[in-house]
Formats: sequence, C-alpha cells, structure tokens
Amino acid sequence: MSLARRIIPCLDVDKGRVVKGVNFVEIRDAGDPVEIARRYNEAGADEITFLDITASHESRDTTYETVERMAGEVFIPLTVGGGVRHVGHIRNLLNAGADKVSINTAAVHNPEFVREAAERFGSQCIVVAIDAKRVSGEGEEPRYEIFTHGGRNATGLDAVEWARRMAEYGAGEILLTSMDRDGTKSGFDLGLTRAISDAVSVPVIASGGVGNLQHLVDGVLEGGADAVLAASIFHFGEYTIAEAKEYMRDHGIVMR
Amino acid sequence: MQEVAIIDYGMGNLHSVGKAIERVAPEVRVSVTDQYERVRAADRVILPGVGAMRDCMAEIRRLGVDDWVREAVEQKPLLGICVGMQALMATSEENEGTEGIGMLPASVRFFGHDLREDGQRLKVPHMGWNQVFQAAAPALWRNIEDGSRFYFVHSYYVEAEGNANLAGRCHYGVDLAAAVAAPNLFAVQFHPEKSHDAGLQLLRNFIDWDGSL
Repeated sequence: MSLARRIIPCLDVDKGRVVKGVNFVEIRDAGDPVEIARRYNEAGADEITFLDITASHESRDTTYETVERMAGEVFIPLTVGGGVRHVGHIRNLLNAGADKVSINTAAVHNPEFVREAAERFGSQCIVVAIDAKRVSGEGEEPRYEIFTHGGRNATGLDAVEWARRMAEYGAGEILLTSMDRDGTKSGFDLGLTRAISDAVSVPVIASGGVGNLQHLVDGVLEGGADAVLAASIFHFGEYTIAEAKEYMRDHGIVMR
Repeated sequence: MQEVAIIDYGMGNLHSVGKAIERVAPEVRVSVTDQYERVRAADRVILPGVGAMRDCMAEIRRLGVDDWVREAVEQKPLLGICVGMQALMATSEENEGTEGIGMLPASVRFFGHDLREDGQRLKVPHMGWNQVFQAAAPALWRNIEDGSRFYFVHSYYVEAEGNANLAGRCHYGVDLAAAVAAPNLFAVQFHPEKSHDAGLQLLRNFIDWDGSL
C-alpha cells in the first residue's frame, strides 16, 4: 500500500502555553505552541495535534488566536481539541485555520452532537477522541470501557461498540487513547488498538504510552493503527521525527 | 499587483489556502471573497471545498458560483481543490447522484465500504500522505519530484482510467485522478495548502502558470 502511516506530535496547551515545555535545541520560546508547531512542521511531522487542556470559557479566545497564528506557519494538517461542545466552537476553530476538530467528552454526553457536526462540516474534519480503559481482569476476555475526565469517570460504554457508533454517526477518524498506558512510556495498549482498528472503517490514531520507537512500530504492525501520536519522546528530544520515521521505514512501514 | 480570488461559498477552511499563497507569493494580493466583482477582477481564481459535494453544489448554485467559474476559465487560470475539484465534474454518486458544474466530463465515485488491496481492507476516508505520479501539465509540477507525497482526505474520487484530463495519478485501492488539467483549469484532489513543501511549490507554480498546457 502506498499511503503512508502518520506520525503526529501532540501539544498540550494551557492558556496559550505548552505544558511541560519542549526541549529542542536553539528554541527561542519552549512554551510557545506556534514556535513548536513550526519546528515540527520543518522536522517532517505529518500532522500536528493541539490539545487545549484548560478549555475554559476564558481560554477560548486565546486558543482561536493561537490556532490562527499556527495556521499561518504550519502547512501540514492541524487538529485542535479540548472542550469542544458546540457547533460554534467547531466553526470558530475551522475559521481560525484548524483542519480537524477533536470531540471527546461532549460526544459521550450527547452523541447526536457528532452527527450534527459531521453533517454540518463534513466527516473529514470531525475526529472523535476516545479515552478507554481495560475493565476486564487478568486472564479474562479483554473488555474496554470509555472513561471521561482524564480516566476518572467511568461511563459503562463498551469501547469497541462506542467507536463503531461514532464512525457510524460521522466521525472521520478516531483518536484512541489508552488511559492505562497514558504517561507510562510502556507502549500502546495493542489489544485495544487492534480491537478498535478492526471494528471501524475510518482511520485510527493510536495514543498513550509511547516510550520508544519500537512502540510506534508495534502500534502500526500489531495494533493496526493508521497513525501514531506521541508527545514526550519528541518534546524532550529523546528522538527526532526523522529518527522515528527511519526506524519505522526499516521495519517495513511506508512513511512519508 | 496580481490578485488571486479565493471563492468563499461558506464551505471550508479558506484561511489555510490564503496563508499558503501569501507564503509562496508575497507579491500577490489574496482576496477571500463571495463577491462576483472581485472574482471577475482577479487574475487567478481558486475554488476550494470540503465536506459533502451536495452541500457544496447547493451553495455554488445559490450564489451563482457555477457561472463565475465558467466565465473565469474562459479568461484566466482557475485552481480547484478537493471538493472544489469534484464540483467541476459532470456528476457525482454522492447522495444518490449530484450534478456538478460540468467543466469536465468525468464523474465522481464512492470508494465504497469494502475497499481492498492485496487482501487488506483499506480505511475510508483515504486520509494521509500518498504519492502522486505526474501525467500532464508539467508547468504545474515544476520543481516537484515525480512520486512526491501530498495530503489527501476524501471518500469520493475521480477515476484515472480513461480520463482525458488526467494530470496526476494516485493509487488507493483504485487508480484515482489526483490532478486534472484543461486550458486555464487545474484541479487537485489533495490539499496543496496542507502538503508542506511539495504543496507550497504547486501553489507557486499555479501563480506562475499562464493557463496553457
């Protein structure tokens, strides 16, 4: 297949500043999301995801302004998520220059919102973010559920069923995060990734747990992910995008 | 000063296209407009589009953009992007059949829910960076390596096979037209404004294009 798998660095942004900063050589402002996105654009990232982790009412205008500045510097696709609850949010983000908008909690509270958003703006720009956690015990048939609020709130929704339903409602892509693995650097939850990827016909981005380059390879080859998202391994300069691509290419994965 | 009009018919992210043109052609004035007068006065025209072709065509007809496009192509270069390309075709399978502007005779088809290659199921939409092989209109491909990757996101496509206007080919389960060309008319299925260096170069080439093939 000639379509390349994608590497997507993710920026967590709080009130217009990148959380935890970024450890790049010769970066002017390690907290400026626009500067960081520009560097990733030059480094060969295939897309950028921008997650507004405050997403409070007051921070919205800062987000729109940041997205607008970013869109003037970055000529690869830009996904923006965090607190997207209304059609008006989506419209403002797209107008500011976002290519895709990621919906998370609002989809759980009101699944029809996803349908409405896809009908209004087209599936190509609607990403549904799914935070899933394994709820089955050791040795049992694996079962995953949807959680909200950073993995604190259980919803009782089966992750595979939910992903299928979201794709049916018009999600053009699924951003799948394993809440068990997020921040652990122990690799993606490959069982979860494979289950979701096989269940839906739309592309799946694997997220949560990347600690080394083999994890990216596993996400694609074993998990069946169409794209891999990572933050800290790139932000802290452990690996460059180019190194990641070379490693994946060496393992037979088509990369840009 | 040369002016490029990006037609705003309410469908899509026009900011990105405008910013990309400003980046590669600082000498050009970009106007994002829903006014016929601006389109008529411009030296070049861009017809973008995202989402469903039915919705795009409804707005195109309501605003009379189909007539602006026909008139523009008689006089100056026009670039269609993504659904903007599909809208230039005669018909589409989308929503049980949608009629396009009909600048080119091809029809727009659905990838289907069971797109396969080498026994492997392919995801739809076709989303991501895929290779484009140049077939015609060399002026638009100047300084772009054959087989360069561009960013695609679409569920409907124009067939490459038997397409007399084919200018670039891409493979995703089927052979699809990544680009088509006619005098004063160039249209691409991918998003040049999101395709990094190769995409920016293509936009630069469009600014320099005299419209001849």
